Amino acid sequence: MDKFSSSPDASRLFDEMYGFDGAVRAEYQAIAQQLLTLPPETLTQKQRDAELLFRRMGITFAVYGANSSEERLIPFDIAPRVFGAAEWKRLELGLKQRVRALNAFLHDIYHDHEIIKAGVIPAAQVLGNSMYQPAMQGVDLPNQVYAQIAGIDLVRVSENDFYVLEDNLRTPSGVSYMLENRNTMMRLFPSLFSAHTVAPVEHYPQLLLETLRESAPEYIDDPVIVVLTPGAFNSAYFEHAFLASQMGVELVEGKDLFVSANKVYMRTTQGPQQVHVIYRRVDDEYLDPMAFRPDSMLGVPGLFEAYRQGGVALTNGVGTGIADDKSTDLFVPEMIEFYLGEKPLLSNVPTWRLDQPEDLKYVLAHLPELVVKEVQGSGGYGMLVGPTSTPAEIAAYRERLLADPAKFIAQPTLALSTCPTLVEAGVAPRHVDLRPFVLSGKEIRLAPGGLTRVALTEGSLVVNSSQGGGTKDTWVLEG
Amino acid sequence: MLSRTADHLFWMARYIERAENTARVLDVAHRSALLPDDNDGIDARLWYAPLNICGSADGYEEKYGVVESAKVTHYMALDPENHSSIYSSLMLARENARAVRGAITSEMWEIINSMWLDLRRMLPNLDQFRLEGFFDWVKERSHLFRGVTLGTILKDDALYFIRLGTFLERADNTARILDVKYHILLPSVQDVGGAADYYQWGALLNSVSALEAYRKIYRVSISPMRVAELLILRADMPRSLHACLNEVDATLEVINGTTGLEARRLAGELHAALHFTRIEDVFNHGLHEYLTDFLDRTQALSSEINHAYLSMKDDLSSTIRPDRFQLQIQ
Repeated sequence: MDKFSSSPDASRLFDEMYGFDGAVRAEYQAIAQQLLTLPPETLTQKQRDAELLFRRMGITFAVYGANSSEERLIPFDIAPRVFGAAEWKRLELGLKQRVRALNAFLHDIYHDHEIIKAGVIPAAQVLGNSMYQPAMQGVDLPNQVYAQIAGIDLVRVSENDFYVLEDNLRTPSGVSYMLENRNTMMRLFPSLFSAHTVAPVEHYPQLLLETLRESAPEYIDDPVIVVLTPGAFNSAYFEHAFLASQMGVELVEGKDLFVSANKVYMRTTQGPQQVHVIYRRVDDEYLDPMAFRPDSMLGVPGLFEAYRQGGVALTNGVGTGIADDKSTDLFVPEMIEFYLGEKPLLSNVPTWRLDQPEDLKYVLAHLPELVVKEVQGSGGYGMLVGPTSTPAEIAAYRERLLADPAKFIAQPTLALSTCPTLVEAGVAPRHVDLRPFVLSGKEIRLAPGGLTRVALTEGSLVVNSSQGGGTKDTWVLEG
Repeated sequence: MLSRTADHLFWMARYIERAENTARVLDVAHRSALLPDDNDGIDARLWYAPLNICGSADGYEEKYGVVESAKVTHYMALDPENHSSIYSSLMLARENARAVRGAITSEMWEIINSMWLDLRRMLPNLDQFRLEGFFDWVKERSHLFRGVTLGTILKDDALYFIRLGTFLERADNTARILDVKYHILLPSVQDVGGAADYYQWGALLNSVSALEAYRKIYRVSISPMRVAELLILRADMPRSLHACLNEVDATLEVINGTTGLEARRLAGELHAALHFTRIEDVFNHGLHEYLTDFLDRTQALSSEINHAYLSMKDDLSSTIRPDRFQLQIQ
């Protein structure tokens, strides 16, 4: 289809270290000279040391569907992924622009619907979407920000071409790995850091705390902040406990909180204490059994009404799913132009919407070449990667797709960049993506770096940790 | 501190202490069983006592009926169906600790966790012949846990709620041991103060690590009244009721906040009574009645602590902390 005529050439793979032509890029000189020249035994030993560190610190991840209560490590790869100062600056501007537009969009669709009235986005796409939360209509939020913490998944296909794969505006996770990966690298290879000027990321919890403080209801000047976790059996519990302790705030579960007269209190040994900002890592539908799923044991009865009345701030806000829904996400470039009057600095991955008959026809004819995803899926579950699937898998997926095409979108199989990675056979290129975390309070903040995820299986394009992906430390060099 | 966190810490400590006390009671029953027996039916009475002390008699009778040493021992040490067995206590201690891993030190967690993992590993090989070693092991691990706690944890509310749990449980156990054993050794109240079997009394003292202290303090043969005095009134005896209430009273004083006034009053009253009572008064009142009254009052204190600090209540009325932001908006 000609609308994607500028699609990157899938036959050429961009390598983060060697580019297209095989010469080591400037950013990777030190990695090439000091790290990858180490004897293979040393590298393997360091890799084992890293694992030991992670186990001792108890940095584990539970996988849904795997043996219940089983905890395992996310594989950590010791070869960092590096960005130069200038290329990071471009990314940073693009990310901030994108998040600003997404928050403006959320404010608009929960208030005056200007973007619909202007005909930029069809009303049905927004108001007919199951992720649209009617109860949020007209609710004013501090700073008009809905997604205080955004995790934007980026992939790279060439020196200067980055695409946004997904915007995660609900409860994005992974930032604890960004911090622990750096911590581990500094312990394993202190000399690499003395030779480099790698921008620090350790202050992320401080940035997060400032963002949460700024997100408090306006009449509060010294807010009490808590992190709300579903509990010790959640797959990301380690991260919840980690962030709470790094910020020095309480880690609470739903049953520790209660609502009285539209204010939220935590039950402490000194009596009830009012809470002003809840960094919640519980999904919308489980937040409040009175407003959402009545069977939720994780939530707090009355919390949603207290939030609507301004008695407490929730980060992220309720109803952000309407903006990161994969079928709405297509419109982000239009949102940027509409709200900010700017040209988008980051591109969306070209996407076919399967509720459009023409797109559907094209996709059905090209399934073996494409990636197909559920509109509301996440975590790499329920997707089809055409080029690496068997004809039987493709046929089965086609059945699912035809049952309700509107629930799916399709994208070209991108030639994700590769990065040198230590695997059993030695150092070999593996596909990577990047999730930076963008914080929005009264200003937008971004720690220089993010979580680089790597698909450890040769040729695989699925980097999700739930699907066997690993992670790398991500370096941004100082200018 | 979150009430839920305090509650988990309180019960973690209680369950460790409970495991230790059950081990002590069973250990002493085993030792007593080895003594020459010139009294018909002493065996059944001997083995009924541990059940009675630990409040497990009903559950046992339902399951087994007849009191037999091997069954009693298994039921109280290793039976998961018995909620106050050593097995259950260690499991519950670990579950409470796991829920608040961030509130205890990693050393404390390692002790509790390895205790549970070791128990699971030992379980298939634990038969009656090795159980005495097992009781020692439980006591040692409990000592270790208390030592590690004091050696590693910050002196703040977390430690205070752990101490409360430990000493309330211990006071409760010492009172029960004394009550039950005393009346087994002296079946008729008229005999109290009369001659008694030195070995049986020695075993009772041993079960609370008090035999050496007894010899040091009294330097005479064992008399029941002095045993009672040692275990009830002596503040320098670490497992006595007085010593336990010293700790509870002092700990309640240092816990932050104003919700615990009634708990402090109850503890203070109980503590003062122990401080000023003479053993003659106890016996005039009746030892059993005295101990029953004590158990009722520690139970009331425990409920009040639960009400003031640990329970999940939505009551804003009297306990709300003054909050300057509230003043601004209302």
